[in-house]
Amino acid sequence: MYPSRFRYEAPRSLDEAIGTLRDGGDYAKVLAGGQSLVPMMKLRFASPELVVDINNVPGLDYHRAEPDGTLRIGALCRHYVLERSELLKSTQPTMAAAAPLIADPIVRNRGTLVGSLCHADPQGDWASVVLALGGSVVAQGSRGTRTIPFADFVTGPFQNVLDPDEIAVEAVIPAAQGVRSGGYLKLERRIGDFATAGVAVALETRAGNVIRAGIALTGVGGSTIAATEAAAVLTGHPLTPESIEQAAELAAQAARPRTDHRGSAAYKRHMVRTFALRLLSRDYTPAQEKAERAA
Amino acid sequence: MTIVYDDPEGQAEDVPVRRIKFTVNGRKKIAEVEPRLLLAHLIRRGLGLTGTHVGCDTTNCGACTVLVDGRPVKSCTMLAVQVDGRTVKTVEGLAGASELHPLQEGFKEEHGLQCGFCTPGMMMAATALLEENPDPSEEEVRWALSGNLCRCTGYQNIVKSVLWAAAKLRAEAGEA
Repeated sequence: MYPSRFRYEAPRSLDEAIGTLRDGGDYAKVLAGGQSLVPMMKLRFASPELVVDINNVPGLDYHRAEPDGTLRIGALCRHYVLERSELLKSTQPTMAAAAPLIADPIVRNRGTLVGSLCHADPQGDWASVVLALGGSVVAQGSRGTRTIPFADFVTGPFQNVLDPDEIAVEAVIPAAQGVRSGGYLKLERRIGDFATAGVAVALETRAGNVIRAGIALTGVGGSTIAATEAAAVLTGHPLTPESIEQAAELAAQAARPRTDHRGSAAYKRHMVRTFALRLLSRDYTPAQEKAERAA
Repeated sequence: MTIVYDDPEGQAEDVPVRRIKFTVNGRKKIAEVEPRLLLAHLIRRGLGLTGTHVGCDTTNCGACTVLVDGRPVKSCTMLAVQVDGRTVKTVEGLAGASELHPLQEGFKEEHGLQCGFCTPGMMMAATALLEENPDPSEEEVRWALSGNLCRCTGYQNIVKSVLWAAAKLRAEAGEA
């Protein structure tokens, strides 16, 4: 399979890349890892007239924590780097859990987190993770730079709010206000398949109380789903078996799955509930329960 | 090296051909490619290195895996123009002049292949694994090869082959 014919530019700087996009006609695509874009082009689901390959733009492959704990992930930071990152393992449990589950090990060598966010596939794993963590995307274009909360970034399947001359240059995960916990679980038929269902949980706890909770669902609707009601019942008090049970049930209710070759709608909804229970139960310790009873 | 492009509308001058320079298996190359040419086809048709196989053509099977700057990539999912200035290694780059690479020996000794279609991709993925981790566990081998599909072996002997090669490479490194 071949993509349809396109013009290819490989600029050496962001300014050049943005200029190329601005002058580049109606239908241009930015190429980073290419692990979604190239297959889409081969299948002719995407037929851009211009491909702007940013792989030669230096200085975009970083992921780093600011002194205040804000995490920044550059547009060319590939999944395999995040999978091996000690920084994520020590400070970002939800991201560290998701990184090894993205696609397969070979795809992870090329694909990028920011590219995955831009691709806006309802079955994208990073989208759920970043949504649960309350992250955002920084876009740079000919009119300057803006930060877009990820919750507002995706407008529909494979659609985002970027202007034609804008490039998503980094993803930002805000600093934790408490102790982070959480994780990501994904059911897939085999490694490399899209999620049958996936659940991202991101909690922040201070003095035993959950002060922030984010729960997001992968592959169980026409978009990545923020299970806001499920997250709300967890916030403001310690985790209890009851609040965990209630949150898992609300997460399952937030899912909008459809029956397909990966499973029935009821099965997928059940898996969302199971994954939410498992992830939240991990953070629930009998010690907390004891402290609670004593109080 | 010649690659022939379709020109159904007689618009040859509009076909955006680019010149790229790259290294394949230690040899420097220059090619003129249309941007939509996939790396797998540059390797197979342009360079005549048909050890790299195209299986699913949809980023699933890993038969087309080659190393680009030392990391395994699915060459059906990368544009040929993107290897400009980069280094490519294919399965033909594994063996020395007269002897097999330990991975190739391992696949022979442990019967790591039946039809052989997935084998080049398996070997390239395993090459990168052993570079990064010379003493992998069985679980780590399975994990590293989880982007490569085999429809014959059930993977058992492929895993054994890679562990065999890892042991041989460690022994060789110990002797050196």
